[in-house]
Amino acid sequence: MDLLSYVEDKQMKEKIPHFNTGDTVKIFIKVEEGQKVRTQVFEGVVISKRRGKNRGTFTVRKVSFGVGVERIFPLHSPTIEKIEVIRQGKVSRAKLYYLRGKRGKKARIKESEPQ
Amino acid sequence: MIEGLIGKKIGMTQLFSTKGEVAPVTVIKAGPCVVLQIKTKEKDGYEAVQLGLIEDKVKEKRLSKPLLGHLKKVSAPLVRMIKEFKLLSSENPPALGDKVTVDLLSDVKRVHITGTSKGRGFAGVVKRWGFRGGKATRGSMFHRAPGSIGASAFPSRVFKGTRLPGRMGGQRVTVKNLEIMNIEEDKDLLIVKGAIPGPKGGYLLIRRLLSDGKAKKRE
Repeated sequence: MDLLSYVEDKQMKEKIPHFNTGDTVKIFIKVEEGQKVRTQVFEGVVISKRRGKNRGTFTVRKVSFGVGVERIFPLHSPTIEKIEVIRQGKVSRAKLYYLRGKRGKKARIKESEPQ
Repeated sequence: MIEGLIGKKIGMTQLFSTKGEVAPVTVIKAGPCVVLQIKTKEKDGYEAVQLGLIEDKVKEKRLSKPLLGHLKKVSAPLVRMIKEFKLLSSENPPALGDKVTVDLLSDVKRVHITGTSKGRGFAGVVKRWGFRGGKATRGSMFHRAPGSIGASAFPSRVFKGTRLPGRMGGQRVTVKNLEIMNIEEDKDLLIVKGAIPGPKGGYLLIRRLLSDGKAKKRE
């Protein structure tokens, strides 16, 4: 009877690397410019993950030229080509919104020991 | 050709386009339906077919005896929901006991969908008619009340049709020109863009557009 998850499951990508909030990730995004399709890279810290089958999203924050930039990506969006985990962070919170008010040394995240 | 069929709302989700755009969609289990009766011009004065929605778990003891007799006549499976649909053209005339599935809509881009909206009970004027209400604080003493409805010397009565609190929802609502995003014939699924009246599991009438969405020419 669960026809709704049947529809949702079909939209989901099979292989998404595992990452958590606090990790530094590189997102490769397909950008369409007229006829050409180019790949853009967005690198930053994952500050939030929302679950929910094909509707899940995650937020990546980076500081670019002194200005904080956040982008929300749908986890299963076809425009995301690849996700690379660069560094695993050790954090004790699921949502790292406190980073917004911090800059420089205070905005650091400890690296977690590889398991 | 039959005008439409009966369906059941499954729920809402979202779909990605190949460009990565997200569209809100409603998933509907449309059909399969069984033809229970054919109304003809000679006998009934109009052309239509009576369809019943085939569902799982329809208990015999929950159906009335007259309905059981009606179903037995065409040796149809047990159905709870019966609705009539127009016959739009005389090509491929349906026969009694025929199955009607979502294939019926495989040639259309948009549909009209009718359902029963969720009942809100006895609703106030803010929810029911979108009145703005008053200030919440600062001693306003006026929050969600309708305000003056009849004044004093004139008109000293309440005009007919004045918007007041009352029963809201639970009514038949039709949403027109819903775009069909996807049809899955093997699972009887119809996926349309946007929202649809009624709760999950609510019955729906899915009808094709008579003019196929093109605006009437002005003369």
